[in-house]
Amino acid sequence: MVPISYYLVLSAVLFGLGVVGFVFKRNIITIFMSIELMLNAVNLAFVAFSRSMDHLHGQVFVFFVIIVAAAEAAVGLAIVILIARNRESLNVERVNLLKL
Amino acid sequence: MSNFVSQNPLLVVTVVKAAVVLIALLTAVAYLTWFERKAVAHIQSRLGPYFVGPHGLLQPLADGIKNIFKEDITPAGVYRFTYFLAPFLSLGLALTSIALIPFGPAEVEVFGVTTNLAIAEVNVGLLILFAITSLSVYGVALAGWSSNSKYPLLGALRSSAQMVSYELTLTLSVVGILLMTQTFNLREIIVHQAGHYWGFIPRWHFFAAPFPQVIGFLCFFTAAVAETNRAPFDLAEAETELVAGFHTEYASMKFAMFFIAEYAAMVTVSILASLLFFGGWLSPFPAEWGWTLYIPTFALGIGALLLFWDGARYPTLFGKILMPVLGLVLAGLAFASAQPGLIHVIHGPFWFLGKVFFFLFLYVWIRGTLPRLRYDQLMNFGWKVLLPVVTLNVLLTAVAILVFQK
Amino acid sequence: MSAELLLFFVFAALAVLGAVSLIVQRHPIHSALSLIVVMVALAALYLLLGAEFIAAIQIIVYAGAIMVLFVFVIMVLNAGEEERTNLSRMARYVGVPLSILLTAQLAWWMMRATSGHSNGAPLHPTDTRGLARLLFSDFVFTFELTAILILVAMLGAVVLARRET
Repeated sequence: MVPISYYLVLSAVLFGLGVVGFVFKRNIITIFMSIELMLNAVNLAFVAFSRSMDHLHGQVFVFFVIIVAAAEAAVGLAIVILIARNRESLNVERVNLLKL
Repeated sequence: MSNFVSQNPLLVVTVVKAAVVLIALLTAVAYLTWFERKAVAHIQSRLGPYFVGPHGLLQPLADGIKNIFKEDITPAGVYRFTYFLAPFLSLGLALTSIALIPFGPAEVEVFGVTTNLAIAEVNVGLLILFAITSLSVYGVALAGWSSNSKYPLLGALRSSAQMVSYELTLTLSVVGILLMTQTFNLREIIVHQAGHYWGFIPRWHFFAAPFPQVIGFLCFFTAAVAETNRAPFDLAEAETELVAGFHTEYASMKFAMFFIAEYAAMVTVSILASLLFFGGWLSPFPAEWGWTLYIPTFALGIGALLLFWDGARYPTLFGKILMPVLGLVLAGLAFASAQPGLIHVIHGPFWFLGKVFFFLFLYVWIRGTLPRLRYDQLMNFGWKVLLPVVTLNVLLTAVAILVFQK
Repeated sequence: MSAELLLFFVFAALAVLGAVSLIVQRHPIHSALSLIVVMVALAALYLLLGAEFIAAIQIIVYAGAIMVLFVFVIMVLNAGEEERTNLSRMARYVGVPLSILLTAQLAWWMMRATSGHSNGAPLHPTDTRGLARLLFSDFVFTFELTAILILVAMLGAVVLARRET
């Protein structure tokens, strides 16, 4: 029997790693992937709670999180393509001015 | 050793089942290549392989040996990790989806453990199968990109875009069945198709009330042909188009892995089509017609006689020996399937294999007959024709269920 | 060490290794592959928790569609390796300790909050029917909203990525 707290600690660790990736990496696509990692960590917490409380609401919420992540990834990557076309670089430090 | 066996019976049985199924699948894939070359050749009025053994039956063995001994070239400038990962990914995923498929109805008892005839019996088996199919896009995409060359990259992009597009149709086309059976479990889907209407039409989902899944099956098969990158949807890998598409830069064994993965995917899709739409291991004849239990005997017997006759007049000595031996094997099977004890054991697999074989033949037939679709025609067809049709199928099935089943 | 505990540790280790590899790798394609490994490991953990449908959806949607989109974009944009520069002093001496502190705090409070919780009822795999019933009764408004959200996202992506002709 695996205690629920194990799953939650794993979720916290993954979330922390996602934050580290988000703050310290310079490639836009890698930053985006760290955001997806954070969303996944939260999903794990939701499913763990859903199991511990024997309630299906947690899984319904995971369903919605996945959908929203999909929509966000689509639009976000379209923006990334535009940035790459305009600034010729995927380095986030080159995108720090509102006007080119 | 026997201690280990008696303490973990389930583990040992699973390993044995997995080994048996894998060996059967790999042999089937090898002889599928032979069958395809023969059938396409005869469609095109030529002979196909006939030299390497009687009727070219040892051709797959020769091809395998050739692939093993070919020089394994790694081009310069490839991205090494993904270049080596891609064929393993393709092959691994293609061979994994076989684990979810139930091969027979009964529970058998092996080593004292009652186990059913599937390696993994999962409640959402159908969904996991689609999950594995959706992961197989990576093999193609990574192979083309890591080859560091124009034609593979183009071929991989086109191929993976095509696979992702037709995945939608593939998944939606079985929703009609899910509406009727209310379960994702593959075994229960087959069991739901037992019985006959009016005494002689089988209750398969292809004919099922309240809404026969004809459109569903046609869309499923078309999407499956596109998903496995086969003709007429094989623009991304045909020899006359993009050199060889995403596997241009792959030499002997790695190319063989892609090859096996493609044919294993074909086999899996044929098995799925027969399970979902045509009743799996269920016979098309009702159980009251007792004489139909002897159809396997009859068919196997005729096969054995044909093999004997062919062996008798074959020019080479090897053929004169091999064909009658195969004929003897078939005759033995025919005899075994007439015994009252074994008749029910052989009955299910016979119909199952027959249906799978029919769909594989359909695959090869379509490849030999239809011309290739251009890429924009292909994408147009997938998004603008198939997707609305399959959505319409779901709508009509739902309406029919509401109206005809209170 | 029951089988469940062993499987949990195996998949948890795989997930953490994948996440660390995501951060450490220089080429975005390797980061993408690591993220796929994390997602598949998480799907296995969902199976351990009895959420079969969510595990399948995770692989079909997340690992099989969203990550394919990421890989496509990396391939099309020809993203190369990041240049190797050291972390700034602020990052090295303030940032990293603070991140570790954040993770430790989250983990500590989560452990404290649930250490008394039982493990829930004996494991029965989730009935997809129950999930669907909830989705279309209590959460039907949210469901329809997400449908509109996906439509808007699709339109947005098409408009944004269109090449000026």
